Amino acid sequence: MAILKFAPEALSNLFKPPVTTAYPAKPAEYPERSRGHIEIEIDDCISCGLCARACPCGTISVDRSAGTWTIDRYDCIACGFCVVKCPKKCLTMVPGYQTPGGKKSSVTYQKSPEVMAAEAKKREEAAAKAAAAKAAAAKE
Amino acid sequence: MGKRSVIPYGPQHPVLPEPIHLDLVIEDERVMEAIPSIGFIHRGLESLVEKRDFNQMTYVVERTCGICSFGHGMGYCETMERIFDVEIPDRAKFLRTIWFELSRMHSHLLWLGLLADGFGFENLFYQCWRIREKVLDLQEMTCGGRVIFSVNTIGGVLKDMTSEHMQIILKTMDEIEQELKTIQKTFFEDYTVLSRLKGVGIMPKEKINELGCVGPFARASGVAVDMRKLGYAAYPMIDFEPVVSEDCDSYARCYVRLMEIYQSIDIIRQAIAKIPSETDLVTPVKGNPNGEAFVRLEQPRGEAFYYAKASGKPNLERMRVRTPTFANIAGLCEMLKNTELSDVGLLIITIDPCISCTER
Amino acid sequence: MSEVKNPENILEEIEVSDLLFRAMELKKKGYRFSQAHAAYIEGKYELSYSFSDYETYQLHNLRVVCDVDQKVPSITEIIPAAVFYENEMKELFGVKIELISTDLDNRLYRINVEKPLGPKEEA
Repeated sequence: MAILKFAPEALSNLFKPPVTTAYPAKPAEYPERSRGHIEIEIDDCISCGLCARACPCGTISVDRSAGTWTIDRYDCIACGFCVVKCPKKCLTMVPGYQTPGGKKSSVTYQKSPEVMAAEAKKREEAAAKAAAAKAAAAKE
Repeated sequence: MGKRSVIPYGPQHPVLPEPIHLDLVIEDERVMEAIPSIGFIHRGLESLVEKRDFNQMTYVVERTCGICSFGHGMGYCETMERIFDVEIPDRAKFLRTIWFELSRMHSHLLWLGLLADGFGFENLFYQCWRIREKVLDLQEMTCGGRVIFSVNTIGGVLKDMTSEHMQIILKTMDEIEQELKTIQKTFFEDYTVLSRLKGVGIMPKEKINELGCVGPFARASGVAVDMRKLGYAAYPMIDFEPVVSEDCDSYARCYVRLMEIYQSIDIIRQAIAKIPSETDLVTPVKGNPNGEAFVRLEQPRGEAFYYAKASGKPNLERMRVRTPTFANIAGLCEMLKNTELSDVGLLIITIDPCISCTER
Repeated sequence: MSEVKNPENILEEIEVSDLLFRAMELKKKGYRFSQAHAAYIEGKYELSYSFSDYETYQLHNLRVVCDVDQKVPSITEIIPAAVFYENEMKELFGVKIELISTDLDNRLYRINVEKPLGPKEEA
């Protein structure tokens, strides 16, 4: 019969420092790969909407004409599938979890006016080119 | 004959980690029959195939369960790879093996803790979970999530492990082995532990066969069944033998699971020693799946069964996950017959029930 | 290197009337019951019963295709472990399985919807 097999371990634990950290006083450390939340380089985004279609829980929405990218961080499951799908690699998964809240809310990112203007110009050029091509086709 | 009465047990009970309800027909203090009912947390993940395409399902299936998450993601990907008929790169196979064994270790350590908690040994419970935390840290370091890995994709894995990561894993494995040896003494020799486990909940080998039990539950009754022998991932390249015990009681189940942690440590060491250095991690797949496949895997709790049927559309027609607990519930009810009422909580824990998995 | 046992899976299509006989045969051969599931595909039920062997890891699937109204006999008298699988088929798909040894009568899963995965009712 073996009684008190655990006693040496239990006693030595009395004199060891705790393995937990004093969390609010000492900040939590996340490893580099930690899947915390999604960040976007909004000016690199081409509003293709692949991320919105890939998302398993439908938390992302993209508005091409307004140049916005919206995410409901409370719905996001941080799977990272949008990061994999993004063709411009402007989405990144960074450490740091969403803080809890009483109500769900979404965050909207707006492209800067310069990028919007450049895009509008590009669209106009493309439209002009298409119109010219159409006109040329009609002439023939 | 004593007086018969029925005691409702669960779904909320201090000893139960997950919601299962049992109606126990008892005679005096002995259980005569146990009638289970589940379904308190049915989420209908299988019917989500109608709304999510086959790529998104990887992440849905993975979230079936928090403890065996990696196995589910991998099982689904293996099934789809069989439908697409692709072979994944060798390095991806080894990475999957390492991650799978890490998840097995953390599942078994969690279970050992719950078992200790089940017979009221709180100190031992904390000790197990302290070791488990090291495994969780490794998982977070390599994949970014503590329990949900999200690294599987159809055709391979998304993330690589650097050689520094592998060095840290090897170092931590040595530490865990040391710490496990100290608590192993308590689990195998301590008087209080033995008196709760030895000879309690006998499950004879013939019954295991009849009821189709799987995993450590079957192995503890002398049935050497281990789906890793089917040779998926990198297991054919690794040397291991299933841990089997002939005792058939709760002690044997504890023994099998504790020894499997050592086995996992050994498999991880072998895998890291043999891992090929290539850069390719994914074999790309094209188009939509068409066909059906049956895949079996050895989850920490036993044989898990995956079935998918596709018909050339992005959405699958049917996706089926049969988890090990589903196969073991019939065994549990048989085992509970003719036991003391006070042992019921502990015996439910010994099959390692994962009800959230079971209900999908 | 460890030995790999990976025999090719067998998928055998059978009639509803042969189900009990084949299940009994496989049981006699020493197979264990692995799982059973239903699928509702294009107006028909596809029931799969899987048996496997502890020694050789052989997986043997029996596939029964039946109409929505067709009655299917329960195999629980031969294989007690099938109780939950058959109850599940009955509850989630509405497969008409008869004579289940412990019929839980739609109380295995406590959900509000009747046969959520089965044929959709015409509105």
